[in-house]
This record gives sequence, structure tokens and C-alpha cells, in this order.
Amino acid sequence: MTDLSSALQLAAPEVTLAVGGLVLLMIGAFAGEKATRLVSGLSVLLLLVATALTVTGPLGLAFGGTYIADPLSVYGKALIFLSSAVAIILGDGWMHRNKIAKFEYPVLIVLASVGMGMMASSGDLISLYIGIEMHSLALYVLAAYRRDSLVASEAGLKYFVLGALSSGILLYGASLIYGFAGSMKFDEIAAFASNNPGPGLIFGMVFLIAGLAFKVSAAPFHMWTPDVYQGAPTPVVALFATAPKVAAMILIARVLIDGFNLAHFQWAQVIILISLISFAVGAFGGLMQKDIQRLLAYSSIINIGYALLGVAAGTELGVQAMLMFMTLYVIDQFGFFAVLLSLSRNGRPIRNISDLAGLKQDRPVTAIALTILSLSAVGIPPLSGFWGKFYVFGAAADAGYWMAGVAGLVASVVAAFYYLRLIKMMWFDAPATEVKTDKAPLEAQWIAWAAAAFAFPVVIVALAWLEPLTKAAAAGVGVG
Amino acid sequence: MEIALAHYLAVGAMLFTIGVFGIFVNRKNIIVILMSIEMILLAVNINFVAFSRYLGNVEGQLMAIFVLTVAAAEAAVGLAILVTFFRNRGDIAVDDASVMKG
Repeated sequence: MTDLSSALQLAAPEVTLAVGGLVLLMIGAFAGEKATRLVSGLSVLLLLVATALTVTGPLGLAFGGTYIADPLSVYGKALIFLSSAVAIILGDGWMHRNKIAKFEYPVLIVLASVGMGMMASSGDLISLYIGIEMHSLALYVLAAYRRDSLVASEAGLKYFVLGALSSGILLYGASLIYGFAGSMKFDEIAAFASNNPGPGLIFGMVFLIAGLAFKVSAAPFHMWTPDVYQGAPTPVVALFATAPKVAAMILIARVLIDGFNLAHFQWAQVIILISLISFAVGAFGGLMQKDIQRLLAYSSIINIGYALLGVAAGTELGVQAMLMFMTLYVIDQFGFFAVLLSLSRNGRPIRNISDLAGLKQDRPVTAIALTILSLSAVGIPPLSGFWGKFYVFGAAADAGYWMAGVAGLVASVVAAFYYLRLIKMMWFDAPATEVKTDKAPLEAQWIAWAAAAFAFPVVIVALAWLEPLTKAAAAGVGVG
Repeated sequence: MEIALAHYLAVGAMLFTIGVFGIFVNRKNIIVILMSIEMILLAVNINFVAFSRYLGNVEGQLMAIFVLTVAAAEAAVGLAILVTFFRNRGDIAVDDASVMKG
């Protein structure tokens, strides 16, 4: 077998997605708007095929070590591709209900998935940058998907400007790392960083971390998040909150733990600081919000703080905790956004927290689902959110960062206020005016119920197989 | 005087700083922000090419080509979003991009 064919075999998921995405674009371009449903269905199918290829495909290095297929990337990519598929399903129904169906929506998500897959598999600074840009460019467009709406185009514009700035900062860091380490590859950087992590290299690393922290919306690089979450269409936000975050977290873990293995002490301080600031901003910023999607933006900031705490530990246990946390978090987030998509009252979608008032009468099951999801996000045992935090705090304490773990616990107590307010609004408040809840779209309702069912009873069973899966994915990724 | 690596890096750092300030200090026009972004990317390219020459390693120049390509794509997407914003708002002053606050 030649070198190229084995490399293409390793990169089969991305190649399939890229080629498939272009084919779907052609189908859409020739068949026009009426083919949207077909293109959406085929995109979901394509993502499932890519997931199957990822899981069954060979492991190894391709393209001279710039592309890595290892257990970590396999786990991450499976999660990323499945999340993208769910976002397409949620988005397709939403587009048709709002009469803005366009085949570009699923195609853009497929193309973003190619970039996210590359991020999870990148082995050097070039593929890191290309992966980030491939997914960002598609997401900028998705944020401004409702092009006749002022808020959506403003959200897209803000996301674009700050995203491009963060890419620039990341790239400047990459150039310094390249210059001072003499190589683009993570393993060669690691070899250099062990000898002598000089100021140039540390400087570049901090720039790189800042750029990546923008992408996961960790404070203090979070300023785009609330506006984009508020302005962008709900199914697009459901995607923003899940797949790109997983991809960027895996990338952060890989760059820092593989590339700066022996400089752990230096980068762990930066990551801990970022996660502490995220706790504070996420917990206190969310208290005064009225818009639910804005609230979820602050909730995502705080959650990224927890995930970063797992990475900061730098151990196999930490990476495993991060993967576990992100998996449970992604499912919980899809639940929240599916609830938002499944509810509309008097013909208008739910935007403010006060719109939820009196939901228990109209939609008892959905109210129960949202209650379970909120309690899970607070971290009440034995719901799924508790287990994610349990692993992260365990890993942080194990690595000696138990003070940061305590800060995280305090933050989740403060954040409990806004989740409990959602619950109070649904169960104990009466609507100010007469409202009629419209018929719920099936797919959003089922996804919401499924996520809620996962958050409580199913998670206990699921942990039994998630635990060995994440352990295998994190095997070999650790400092030392 | 011989032009050494440090000179190139200084130019890169200056252009990068000007670019970043161009984004934050500029209160007038979003087109200026797009120009600042291009400037940041070109500053990075100077760094990459200078390091590549200094190290005798071709990877940096490869990266510079990739950065140029991505910069072109980014400008295209950015201008497209800017056009939709202009259609909705009728203006592209930075201060106008503030419907959402909080």
C-alpha cells in the first residue's frame, strides 16, 4: 500500500465529508430550494457514515504526522459528527416552519464538520489553523443565516470580527512557537519545550491559548458569546454550543498536553486562571439576564470553565474527565435548545424567561423535561450534570488543584439561581396575559424528551459504558 | 547595517499591534476593521517567512501560503456578512452594531 492511499484511508471521514458536502451543494444548486429536505436528510446520512468510518477506521499518523487518528480523535469526532447531525435535524424542521428553508444550512454544517474533524485530528500548527478556519468560516455564515433580520446579521458580524481577531492572535502565537521551537509539529515542539521553554516559546503559547479560548468562549475572551447566542437562529446556536466546543476542547488538550508536555507548570497556571474567570463571569453574568439564549450563553461560559479545569490537570484522568464532561454537557445543551425550539406561544417563539410562565398547564411533559435539564445543569445528583462535574473535580483534586475545584463548586451554587428561576417560572408563575401554546414540532419535542430522559434515568446505565470509552480515548494523553 | 531576524520580527510585531488597535480603537467604519484583520494576518506572514528563512525550514513559507489563502476566503465571507448587515441597517458605522446590549 502506498503512502498516500494509507493516508487517505486514515483521513477517510474528512475526505468523505468534504466530497459529500460538495456533491450535496451541487444537488442543492441544481434542484433548487425544494430539495432542502432531501439535502438535509442526505447530510445527516453523510455524517452518520463519517461517524461509522471514524469508529471503524484504522489508527495512525498521516501526511507526515500532520494528521493524527488516535483514540482521542476518534472519540471526539464521533461526538462532533453526531452533534452536527442532531443540529441539522433540529434546523430542518425550524427552517420549514419559518419558511426560510435553504439547502445551504445542512451543507454549511457538513463543511464545518470537516473543519471540526481536522481540529480533533490535527498534529501540527498548520492543520490546527486550517481546521479552525474551515469550521469558523462556515459558522460565521450560519450565524448570519437569517439575512433579513438585523439581530442575526449583527450577530454574524460580531462573531466574524471577533473570530477573525482571535484567529489572528492564535496565528501570531503559532508563528512565535514555530520560530522558537523550529518546528510546526506538536511532538517536535514538545521535544524542544522540554529542553528549554524560553520566553519566546511561552509568549507564543500564551497567544495560542488566548486564540483557542476565544473559540471555546472562555472568559475573558467571551465577549462575542452572549450577543451571538441571542442574535443567531436557535438551531444554529444549538450547534455553536456543542460540536465546535468539543472540537476546540480536544484541540486545546492535544496542543497543550502533547505539544507542551514538560511546560505543564507554565500553561496550567494560564488555564486555571481562565477557568476561574469563566466561573465568575458565567455565574454572575447570568443572574440578570432576561433572554433565555443569552442566559444559556453565560451557562456555556461557566461550563467551559469546568471542562478547562479537567485539561489543566494535564493527566489522563483529567482528559478523561474533560471528555466525559463534554459528552454529558452536549446532550444537556441539545435538550435545552430542543425545548426552546419545541415551544412557541401565540405563534411566537419563546425568547424571554418570563415567556415560560405557566408552562406546567399547557405542556406538562416538556415542563418536566426542562426541569430535569435545569437541575442537571445545576449539578444535582444523580442527574447527568452532576457526573460531569464529579469527574472534573475529581481529576482537578487529584492533580492538586482542589482550590480551583472549590471555586467551581461555589460558581455552580451561584449559577443554580438562574436555573431555579427557570423552574420557578414554569411551575409557580401565572402568565401575565392569556397565552396559548402552539402545537409542538415532533422532532424538537422528541429530542428534548430524549435528552431529559438521558439526563436522569438513562445516564446511570450510560455511565457504565461511557467510563471505559472515555478512559480508552484519553489513554496515553497525559503530562509526563 | 545588516537586516537580521530581529528587524523582521519587530516589523511583524508593530504591524500586529497596529492591526489589533485598529480593531479596538477604530470607532468609524467596519471596513477599517476588515483592513485591520488583513494587516494582522500579513504581520503573521512576515513572522513566518522570516523564521522560515532563519531556520532554513520550508514549513513556515508553506504556512504563509495557507494564511494568504485563508485570508482571501475570510475577506469574502466578511464582506458578504457586511453586505447583509448594511442591507438591514443602511449604515456600516461601528457604533450602529449595537442592537444587542447587556
